[in-house]
Amino acid sequence: MSKDKFIIAKKNFKSRLIVGTGKYKNMKECARAINLSGAELVTVAVRRVNIVDKKKPLLMDYIDPKKITYLPNTAGCFNSKDALRTLRLAREIGGWKLVKLEVLGDKKNLFPEMIETLKSTEILTKEGFQVMVYCNDDPLMAKRLENSGACAIMPLAAPIGSGLGILNQVNIKIIRNQTKLPLIIDAGLGQASDATIAMELGCDGVLVNTAIAKAKKPFDMAIAFKNAVVAGRSSYLAGRINKSIMGEPSSPKKGII
Amino acid sequence: MKKKIKIKIKIKINGKIKNVYKNSKLSNIIKSFKIPLKKVAIELNEEIVDKKKLNKISLKKNDKIEIVHFIGGG
Repeated sequence: MSKDKFIIAKKNFKSRLIVGTGKYKNMKECARAINLSGAELVTVAVRRVNIVDKKKPLLMDYIDPKKITYLPNTAGCFNSKDALRTLRLAREIGGWKLVKLEVLGDKKNLFPEMIETLKSTEILTKEGFQVMVYCNDDPLMAKRLENSGACAIMPLAAPIGSGLGILNQVNIKIIRNQTKLPLIIDAGLGQASDATIAMELGCDGVLVNTAIAKAKKPFDMAIAFKNAVVAGRSSYLAGRINKSIMGEPSSPKKGII
Repeated sequence: MKKKIKIKIKIKINGKIKNVYKNSKLSNIIKSFKIPLKKVAIELNEEIVDKKKLNKISLKKNDKIEIVHFIGGG
């Protein structure tokens, strides 16, 4: 397992679990959950500074970007222009080039707007960004993103925050078989076993936010996801048995009394 | 000697209207919010501003400033 590396944009990560930093009760809870999850890569949003309340705590005061890699995200952007603006600002804050692109198309189901996503991927790549792309689970679109220079493909399991788990395992498997890029399930996981399934399908990692932040016990769920990802990866590498509709006894048939 | 009259202008910072003196330096406005520069990015009229050049930028009427930082998000 020590040779089993998780590399994104030439950077090696020990943990295959990426976590979001939204929806927690407060930053203290968020920081503790991240710590327990073992994640080294966390998504963050770019928003206006509160110029009225100057004492409002800053994310960087709780999660040190020197220890945990920040992955600026364009969550909340519904077109290419806003997504590009957001990520250019993120780069300006402190040189962030590894980013997560997420261009949404529908406020109700939060599905990605793939035409705008594709357009943005091409532009950002040309500008020197390393773009991890949130996308739908369409193998053809995933291929186009790869050809446009994406550094990781991040198909949804289900709508963001829905907790439905992986709805189309076949498509995820097809995408897995066609790409050598890191494949990371992003959005829609509801419980730790969903992460195990993603890893057993051959995904390189999972990104989880709501399932941890909104669990009854976020800290326990953070640990559960950590273990689930490890278990799923081990299971995938170990190689599962073939499925059969007939029974196969576990004990020898010979010598039965 | 004529006394120099300071004229106030309206600008927008993070969507909020502020009255500041004409030709105020952007660096002074940012300083007044006590924001750690390392943790933010700044836009003036939708153009990213080089944080090293804030003291060279004088504000004009209707300028729009955006100051952003990282917050928790998915």
